[in-house]
Amino acid sequence: MLERTVHAVEVRTRRTHVLRAALGYVFPEHWSFLWGEIALYCFVVLVVTGTYMTFFFDASTTHIVYHGSYAPLRGQDMSRAYASAVHLSLDVRAGLLARQTHHWAADVFLAAITIHMARVFFTGAFRKPREVIFWTGLTLLAAAVLEGYMGYSMIDDLLSGMGLAIGWSVATSIPVVGGPLATLLWDGPFPGGTAFESRLYIAHVLLVPVLIGALIGIHLLLVSLLHHTQFRGPRETERNVVGLRLWPAYAVRSLALFAAVTGVLVLMGGLVQINPIWLYGPFHTYLSENGAQPDWYIGWLIGALRLVPGWELTAFGRTLVPNPFWGGVLFPLMVFATLYAWPLVERRLSGDRTTHNILDRPSDNPWRTAFGAAFATWVAVPFFAGSSDRIFLAFGIDYEGQVATMRVLWAVLPVLVFVATLRICRAVRDSEAAGRAEASADPA
Amino acid sequence: MSAPRREAAVAGLLLIVAGCAVAFVVAYATDAGTQALGLTLGAALLALAAALAAAGAWILPNEISEEPRRPPAAEDDEKKTVAALRPAGASITRRRLLAGTGAAAAAGLAGAAVVPLASLGPWMGDTLVESPWRRGTRVVDVEGQPIAADALDPGGFLTAFPAGADIDATGSPIVVVRVDPRRLRLPEARRAWAPDGLVAYSKICTHAGCAVSMLRSPLFSAHVPGPALVCPCHYSTFDVTDGGTVLFGPAGRPLPQLPLSIRSDGTVAAAGPLSGDVGPAWFGTRAPGRSGGW
Repeated sequence: MLERTVHAVEVRTRRTHVLRAALGYVFPEHWSFLWGEIALYCFVVLVVTGTYMTFFFDASTTHIVYHGSYAPLRGQDMSRAYASAVHLSLDVRAGLLARQTHHWAADVFLAAITIHMARVFFTGAFRKPREVIFWTGLTLLAAAVLEGYMGYSMIDDLLSGMGLAIGWSVATSIPVVGGPLATLLWDGPFPGGTAFESRLYIAHVLLVPVLIGALIGIHLLLVSLLHHTQFRGPRETERNVVGLRLWPAYAVRSLALFAAVTGVLVLMGGLVQINPIWLYGPFHTYLSENGAQPDWYIGWLIGALRLVPGWELTAFGRTLVPNPFWGGVLFPLMVFATLYAWPLVERRLSGDRTTHNILDRPSDNPWRTAFGAAFATWVAVPFFAGSSDRIFLAFGIDYEGQVATMRVLWAVLPVLVFVATLRICRAVRDSEAAGRAEASADPA
Repeated sequence: MSAPRREAAVAGLLLIVAGCAVAFVVAYATDAGTQALGLTLGAALLALAAALAAAGAWILPNEISEEPRRPPAAEDDEKKTVAALRPAGASITRRRLLAGTGAAAAAGLAGAAVVPLASLGPWMGDTLVESPWRRGTRVVDVEGQPIAADALDPGGFLTAFPAGADIDATGSPIVVVRVDPRRLRLPEARRAWAPDGLVAYSKICTHAGCAVSMLRSPLFSAHVPGPALVCPCHYSTFDVTDGGTVLFGPAGRPLPQLPLSIRSDGTVAAAGPLSGDVGPAWFGTRAPGRSGGW
């Protein structure tokens, strides 16, 4: 069957080697290589479940009075967007399964991309000739965060409205252009004009997904042109690639992973409740609720917004830089700028301009690993600070005390982590070098 | 395990896939609920994963292959590239002129392509938030009913709106709190703004625009601070007794205060406009001299 299909394609494209070469592509085997694949399969699940939901979601802010099946909301004034999302969740068969699977898939998508990026960073896989692959992946991460934020924002429940209020204030905090830009995007001042909801919708279901799909395409094309990296091993060198061929061994494994990822997401979508929007009620500017937590991938941003003290830059009785700028614009800009620049920075610092196909283990390059660990700590501290109110409720630890502590940790912990990681990596590297020296000195 | 047995095991797993898939269809047809749908479809997919993994591990060839990579491009390859492409531009004599005018053309077209985006929305006026509050505006609840001055006991608070205004506009909602008048420490100019201990502030947080919907109102201890309004988004905390100044959190400006008056019929009205710009700041917001939180 496959053989005949390959032949048929070969005859019709006059290309005999491309498909066969693709089927013979060699995948190095290492468990840490699976995260990118998991992210890819999450994206497939997101597209399928998302497409299903577009048949039911009504991206309109026209206000109606709810008369649906969910009694606690009956008689309430709400947008059609929210009403249709509640209808999809509670009245459409398999609607809630699709919505919850979609939401879980988004959370796992972001987690898989993040872990994949950490793997790439700590093993030096971003080095020449793979810098562009790293940058496309990084852009993908940024696009995915935005995509997730827009996804839960467009439902127009109370939680998403609070998230949009914060997004609005972050946008207006950009000096000079912030106010006009936000007014333009929102079709008027917050909570926005009638066009805003449909803009959010088209961006979430078309513009950003197409961008993500295109980035995935470029990412994978470049990976396959250069072939995968691999760890050093008995047969592995800079000049070869050792592993399973795509057909049949790797393809079957990867399909098994696809089925497993989808299966777990569907199980979670069916059994583990997430974002129960009917409990939140519709958004109104004058309403908010306590204990609101965003999805995990926004946690580092809400934490940064909470940790920055009430500084605003003012002059002559006018605000120049509003407070949300520090945590909501400057901090993520610094995080992404550092990551984008890292391949160039490392090349500059190390003077290493050669190409690499063999990966480092983290201990092989103590400086990079120490920097990466410190950087991750610098992002992780606000991430945990984003849940300080939950910690207060769960354990009774004073909120203001937590914030004061976290502010100190934000500055101090990365330094400590840097020094500790550097020492550990050097100790590991030295003990391995000593072990090798001993082994070569003692041929018996 | 022998080869036929392994294949039988994979076939068994595939049958489980089919069975679970049928169960999913039945669950759908009988409207058995989200849990049943997720369980059956998830089980089908996980059984499929197991079948594929088993087939990969037991039945299909698994030999490790080795393939040479194309050697890394040597330095002289760049020279070859340049040498191959250079003749294409050999006929150009005024390179700079053409590059400059070409860049101008590209920049012009890019500008022309971007400018229509200005049609997306209204252009920002002098201010982002128009507040409907004026001297004499009546204070009403969400249903539009006037609020009586005695509706609140000390320590109580409620959300209110300007009569006749859009309640979803950021400039509209206020929080009215009743505090013991002796605890009020309002600035001199605002002494008359809180008749009978009724104080009102904009309900929109000056940090990030969420509704400030919590009142921290300690009832017994003399050691804890007085009543404060708290925003649930980033926990900016505003002193109710002291003109809405920031006690804690990231907010950089106090909550704008609304001067109140009690009408002859016992209901509440505004005695003037809000004391400052409502909601999150932007470039050019009026910044009062008082500092933000810590």
